[in-house]
Amino acid sequence: MNKPLKILGWGTVAVLGAVAVGTVALHRGEPINALWLVVAATCCYALGYRFYSRFIAVKILALDGLRATPAERLENGRDFLVTNKWVVFGHHFAAIAGPGPLVGPVLAAQFGYLPGTMWVLAGAVFAGCVQDFVILLFSVRRDGKSLTEMAKDEIGRVGGFVAYVAVISILIILLGVAALIVVNALKSSPWGTFTIAMTMPIALLMGLYLRRIRPGKVLEVSALGFVLVLAAIWGGQYVSQNEGLARLFTFSAPTLAILIMVYGFAASALPVWLLLAPRDYLSTFVKLGTIALLAVGIVALHPTLHMPALTRFVDGTGPVFAGKIFPFAFITIACGAISGFHALISSGTTPKLIARETETRMVGYGAMMCESAVAVMAIIAACVMQPGVYFAINSPAGIVGQAPAAAAATISGWGFPVTAADMQALAHAVGEQTLYNRTGGAPAFAVGMAHIFSHSLGGETLMALWYHFAIMFEALFILTILDAGTRVARFMVQDALGHVYKPLGRTSWYPSILGTSALIVGAWGYFLWQGVKDPLGGINSLWPLFGISNQLLATVALCVATTIIIKMHRAKYAAVTLVPLGWLVVVTFTASWQKMFDPNPRVGFLAQARALVTGPATGATGRLIFNNRLDAAVTGVLVVMVALVLVESGRQWWGILSGTRATPVKESPFVRTRLVEEQG
Amino acid sequence: MKRIVISWRILIATLREIFDEAAYTRFLNRAGMASSSETYAAFRREFEEVKVRRPKCC
Repeated sequence: MNKPLKILGWGTVAVLGAVAVGTVALHRGEPINALWLVVAATCCYALGYRFYSRFIAVKILALDGLRATPAERLENGRDFLVTNKWVVFGHHFAAIAGPGPLVGPVLAAQFGYLPGTMWVLAGAVFAGCVQDFVILLFSVRRDGKSLTEMAKDEIGRVGGFVAYVAVISILIILLGVAALIVVNALKSSPWGTFTIAMTMPIALLMGLYLRRIRPGKVLEVSALGFVLVLAAIWGGQYVSQNEGLARLFTFSAPTLAILIMVYGFAASALPVWLLLAPRDYLSTFVKLGTIALLAVGIVALHPTLHMPALTRFVDGTGPVFAGKIFPFAFITIACGAISGFHALISSGTTPKLIARETETRMVGYGAMMCESAVAVMAIIAACVMQPGVYFAINSPAGIVGQAPAAAAATISGWGFPVTAADMQALAHAVGEQTLYNRTGGAPAFAVGMAHIFSHSLGGETLMALWYHFAIMFEALFILTILDAGTRVARFMVQDALGHVYKPLGRTSWYPSILGTSALIVGAWGYFLWQGVKDPLGGINSLWPLFGISNQLLATVALCVATTIIIKMHRAKYAAVTLVPLGWLVVVTFTASWQKMFDPNPRVGFLAQARALVTGPATGATGRLIFNNRLDAAVTGVLVVMVALVLVESGRQWWGILSGTRATPVKESPFVRTRLVEEQG
Repeated sequence: MKRIVISWRILIATLREIFDEAAYTRFLNRAGMASSSETYAAFRREFEEVKVRRPKCC
């Protein structure tokens, strides 16, 4: 394409993007169509990828297509392997896409659709995509080293240690919160519980099929498993209608929490081939299919958003979680904008598959853009509902009251009309007994998704099936993360304990397996139990804790990236990582301070503990006081450790820039690729 | 038409990589073995050591 045409084309994209973003930002009053969000997002991503990522690739990273990557130099047919860039892209996206970009935006929708949308777009283009891209490239240039190893090499031992502790902490908090989301989605829901329970025998069947009948035919057996899961969703309605069967699959939140902890322990301690590997495949199959289906559905059906651009809860009095729009909107939405966890994947499997350095731009920056697009879809799903319905689902009983009439009156009093009859009709339409107090984001997302699809495929009659499909989809891959995450954390703990006593580091020694599995499950199980027993629904305290720990890990990743950029003598461009780093430091440190010391008991952990001390005592008061103090301590420890990394990084930067410190760039030596010669 | 075929092949290759079918094929090629219950069990034993350590995101 010639230059004037290119300028005209990109100019059109820029103008269209500006109009769409302007409409999303400035429109008030009448409901807005979801297509405006889709157009704004598409244009922002296109411009960000074409111009900003290219600027980073050329001016800062100087991507070199002639430099052999570890996939080529260290190819072993197992983890190091030259792989087609689209295949790596798909693999990387499948690894970074989890429940985070679906749940966070749904919770943050209490502020309205505008804050979440703006943060997801700007955060992804200027922070999240940049982090994933630069960490991937730096790992490629260091033989696929992990973030922890790079932090140790580039910042020092403190950096490595903090990165290690941050990873373990985020895993434990994430697993506790993820389990809580499943509990809140499945409590008192025989249909949902039956469907998820059925995934166990389906996975066993898939495992046997893979092992005995058609070894290695994973795609085939995943498709078969998917059909069986659909049959289970269909059958679930008959279970919920049969009194005896419904009673069998109806569990309270504490019972579900115990069942999930038992499952997590078994999943971590038992061999994986029979149950866990097939579940993982099934979950990935459903996840990719559903995300694609949702994307097509939103574009084709372009629903109207009923949630206002901004709600009254920007002042911090929101029922879903307490805290003002700043900093809590930026903590609540992590994965859709920037997620420290992605740095683990960008420095894990992916750098060992990259064939050419130039492909890191598409894989690192591009896959994060797709993740961000998933977050935009979640915002749309949450905001297509009437706001009154959204708040009825997401508000804990401790805020709006237990009785339907009281809850409806409280929410209507906030200016979001809803009636008990509306909620009863909706619960009936989706095949549930009630939709009140379903905190956690998953049920609200499921209702939103069912709402979108019920306007086309099958109409209102299939709404219950769509709802339970969405619940199954979220619960299935949250449970997969639970078992995979517990195993990853177990291995990390075993690696560390192996330095103390060698047999503890052996991943095949059963006393060590059982002990470390119990330790990890006990840790996240404690947070899960805390959430289940919390009168405010748990999400209020635990989701911000997860967001803070995730963003603190991103802070560590951006410290590593900035240090390397300065060592590469590109200090004049360091703002590319330094600005997002500065923003995250301000956001996470403010949020941490408020979560620890804010005098409002709904926001500050210590204020909540004090309120409990002075309030009327119940049987649970002592435990609640301890939980709040523990949450404050965990937040404090994380912040202090990340502050240490910041100080250590700052000392490095000062030393390099003032010329008092040597600046060895710890990259692997340059080796010319053979792939280019082979291709002629 | 050619582009559609190429896109289809890339999609299948991506799915085969995500679902570990490609890894199994590489294992068979490396070991010089034919697919069977035993070889798949051997593949899973070798592969799981690598696979279960991979983090999956939230």
